[in-house]
Amino acid sequence: MSAVARLELERIRRGLAWRKRVDKVFVVLGLMVLLACLGILVFLFADLVHDGAQRFGWKFLSSFPSRRAGNAGILSAVVGTSLIMLVTVLVALPVGVAAAIYLEEYAPKNWFTAIIEINVTNLAGVPSIVYGLLALGLFVYQFGFGQSIATAGLTLALLILPIVIVATRESLRSVPRAIREAAYGLGATRWEVTKDHVLPYSTGGILTGLILGLSRAIGETAPLITIGALAFIAFLPPAPVTAQFPFLSLEWLGSEFTAMPIQIFNWVSRPDQAFQSNAAAAGAILLGMTLLMNGVAIFIRYRFRRKINW
Amino acid sequence: MNRPPSLQSRTAFASLRYRRTRDRAIEIVLLACGLVAVFATAAIVFILVKESLAFFAHVSVREFLTDTTWTPLFDDAHYGILPLVAGTVTVTGVALAVAIPLGTLIAIYLSEFAPHRLRETVKPVLELLGAVPTVVYGYFALLTVTPILQKLIPELPGFNMLSAGLVIGLMIVPYVASVGEDAMRAVPRYMREGSYAMGATKLQTALRVVVPGAFSGLAAAYILGISRAVGETMVVAIAAGMQPSLTFDPTQPAATITAYIVQVSLGDLPHGSIGYQSIFAAGLVLMLMTLLFNVIGFFLTRKFREAY
Repeated sequence: MSAVARLELERIRRGLAWRKRVDKVFVVLGLMVLLACLGILVFLFADLVHDGAQRFGWKFLSSFPSRRAGNAGILSAVVGTSLIMLVTVLVALPVGVAAAIYLEEYAPKNWFTAIIEINVTNLAGVPSIVYGLLALGLFVYQFGFGQSIATAGLTLALLILPIVIVATRESLRSVPRAIREAAYGLGATRWEVTKDHVLPYSTGGILTGLILGLSRAIGETAPLITIGALAFIAFLPPAPVTAQFPFLSLEWLGSEFTAMPIQIFNWVSRPDQAFQSNAAAAGAILLGMTLLMNGVAIFIRYRFRRKINW
Repeated sequence: MNRPPSLQSRTAFASLRYRRTRDRAIEIVLLACGLVAVFATAAIVFILVKESLAFFAHVSVREFLTDTTWTPLFDDAHYGILPLVAGTVTVTGVALAVAIPLGTLIAIYLSEFAPHRLRETVKPVLELLGAVPTVVYGYFALLTVTPILQKLIPELPGFNMLSAGLVIGLMIVPYVASVGEDAMRAVPRYMREGSYAMGATKLQTALRVVVPGAFSGLAAAYILGISRAVGETMVVAIAAGMQPSLTFDPTQPAATITAYIVQVSLGDLPHGSIGYQSIFAAGLVLMLMTLLFNVIGFFLTRKFREAY
């Protein structure tokens, strides 16, 4: 080998070694950024728990909001949030699943279906505060529902509808065609095929979508502020279950409410540090609930994916 | 059963007819649920336009678009949307300065370098960053990030767009990373193989073959990220202050379109007043901005899915 060629080879080797080092540096950088992002999440949670530490306890959970930070609690907020979520599930689950079934199993491929699909995609991108404006104009004033639990529940149901629809559709789509064909072959109608065969297989995906949607809804603040949620609610809505016939009461739907995020927002915007501790404690509880729901959703998705072998 | 065959088939037919009718009825119910989405969009447009028209009966479109002060609730009322748009643009800019580099880096790492198991484990955990309630992020921005920033920039006011923007950026990192990663994984394997065969390293392949190949998908990720940042409300309302001011300086407090809507909603404005109508006009501007970005993003994602 001539000296020139050897030199050239040496140069190429050095270049390659350098490029490989750059590669390694990038891998480390990528891993570090990833870990930093996850670290911030842990830090955020720890920060809230630390700031709110002295407020945790039964008294905080079982007290109404108060002018004095030390006496204030989240009882009405927890009850409000639970009832709102109840309305949201009862509306978003059936409507979302039905819409998804229509789009996936029934809809012909034409412009009309395309319009529905475009609308679903579009709704997923609408900022949540715009849903609040919709609710203010439509539910509060046009329909006269007022600033009630029903209004809040319906608003959040509309907000998570695209999430439920998209998740359900994906889940329906993953059911193999052969299962449908087999049922049709035995004379089942379209609804029988859907109800008895396709839906049972998609339960996991639908459940995952619903929980993810709810975890989004539970932390939504802006739309609730827009419809006029109050932070200072020192009473509970009428109980849904009563002692007299017919044992169920819908009065709570029309009740005024406060919710966890509203309470946190109210406390965090006060300059008094004692209230900010309250905000941290309530924030830690809310964040914990959100993370828990997400964890459950991931777990369900994982379980169902493993269980089904087509 | 020992019924005559004709009778048996007659009941079978009757039951089939019943089942078909039931199917038809159910289909109509399902369709009605599907139409809820169309109804919701129509209702949003209707409400926003209706109240905005009432607003523009008092305020000329010219004043709305050119006046440089926004004080609808003062006695000396001015209705220029520019300060709110400036606030929105500034916060979004800061957010993107965080989300685009970090999101892209994570997307490249996850798609090209991370081992399969790590990717499958990290992705759902990363999504949690996007699932944190925004009001909690607001607390974080105001009471944790701002004090840290004040150590670096001593004259930083307690309310500022910088910390709000930084936190929103963090919030949309997983979103940008996830859409970006999808786009890069849609780049076919043979393009990478070709690059390796020419002696390129993984990083060179990622930067010069995969990223350009996934360009429209990455662009979609950024644009959808912008749309999120523009519509983000609580972080700004809590950490950036609520005073509309025409400035692009992120170290200053300012209101965004969303923060203004929150501010008005917190007060007790009578239905039908000009203040009430002004939040719908602001909402309409917000809706148009996000719609524009969403439409561009939609077409870009469709493009990268079809490209190969």
